[in-house]
Amino acid sequence: MEQDITIYITDREGEKHEILAPTDMNMNLMEVVRSYELAPEGTIGICGGMAMCASCQCYIESDHDLLEKNDDEEAMLAEAFYVKDNSRLGCQIHIHNNLEGLEITLAPEE
Amino acid sequence: MIKTDILIIGAGPTGLFTVFEAGLLKLKCHLIDALPQPGGQCAEIYPKKPIYDIPAFPEILAGDLVDNLMKQIEPFQPSFTLGERAETIEKQEDGSFIVTTNKGTQHQAPIVAIAGGLGSFEPRKPPIPNLENYEDNGVEYIIRDPELYRDKKVVIAGGGDSALDWCIFLTEVASSVTLIHRRNEFRGALDSVEKVQELKNQGKIELITPAEVKDIIGEDSVEGVIVKKGEDTIRLSCDHFIPLFGLAPKLGPIADWGLEIEKNAIKVDNTLDYQTNIPGIYAIGDVNTYPGKLKLILCGFHEATLMCQSAYQRIFPDKRYVMKYTTVGGVEGFDGSKKEAPKAVVKTIE
Repeated sequence: MEQDITIYITDREGEKHEILAPTDMNMNLMEVVRSYELAPEGTIGICGGMAMCASCQCYIESDHDLLEKNDDEEAMLAEAFYVKDNSRLGCQIHIHNNLEGLEITLAPEE
Repeated sequence: MIKTDILIIGAGPTGLFTVFEAGLLKLKCHLIDALPQPGGQCAEIYPKKPIYDIPAFPEILAGDLVDNLMKQIEPFQPSFTLGERAETIEKQEDGSFIVTTNKGTQHQAPIVAIAGGLGSFEPRKPPIPNLENYEDNGVEYIIRDPELYRDKKVVIAGGGDSALDWCIFLTEVASSVTLIHRRNEFRGALDSVEKVQELKNQGKIELITPAEVKDIIGEDSVEGVIVKKGEDTIRLSCDHFIPLFGLAPKLGPIADWGLEIEKNAIKVDNTLDYQTNIPGIYAIGDVNTYPGKLKLILCGFHEATLMCQSAYQRIFPDKRYVMKYTTVGGVEGFDGSKKEAPKAVVKTIE
């Protein structure tokens, strides 16, 4: 299990979950949330992970150094609701070793 | 009243392919879709994105997949009710169903196949207090009749193509047009962005960026909006506020049809024929759920194929039938066309 990292996810009801996320399956944060069913199906990852909806918006609560947003993510966040300074689209954050200990909160459903 | 054999709700890839499989069984199909064009998400959300897991297509653009499906089903002459949302369903004494859309169009069929994907596409509504109280009283999410805005002061919010295109169009109609977006960059077509820039330079569009509409002012109808721009709060008087933030799918009225719903999807019997808990109503593609379900186009195609065989048996319970290969039976269109494999050439060598 050395390829797994620990991530802390607070769901939309405010419950905090400590979960293990694999780093070897090319997964993103939205897919990890879905794999643990931390948000109801049909309310997250609606566009499948193309940064074309904001259903996987989350707030980054920890101090991790994430890759910069690309143009698609910037544009989508500019049209998303409940956006804060620490908003990101989960589908654009790939699970990688340097995310060990990442803490996020899922944004409310639109 | 539109009558057909299989009434398909949702004209995405699964719904379209159902027409082909039904056609092989000489069953006619009619499709209803809330969007103005067929193709579902493939056409609406990602027409230019490549798909890599359609069998025998190493790569195909979603828009091309839809075009190919439309070509494939052409011989079976499907008919469409587009831009209308299936709203209610009523079972008749003869076992058939009448489905009525939000615009009152009625359809009757012995079989209903729900291929609605994640639901019908509805406008995304920004979380502005009391926004819904002003709907149709100055707040509109879709522009149906531009004349409504003649000589009115209009505020549009959004940063995509529809926001830009309507701003451009309404400069010809409205007395003033203001566009508000949360950042300075827009992701619309380059032509549209340049045109808005030009109209802004001419003073025909007022652009407020980076900014956001936070509140609406008005007794019963919209009299203005409160805009937050950085630390500043701007009070803007207007007659109409049009938030154009694109569309998002919602299961919508189908959720109230008495179907068993689980995980925002319709439960079906996957060991048999993808029928729902209401006999005669099937659910195929992304809209259904069963143990091990995968929301993939290729799975939708498979489900549509099995569902059509079951639908045939339901319509003609006394008829015997075995599935025929298209390489053997060819494709006989309802339009009189016939496609079939060329016959072998037998020639004597002397």
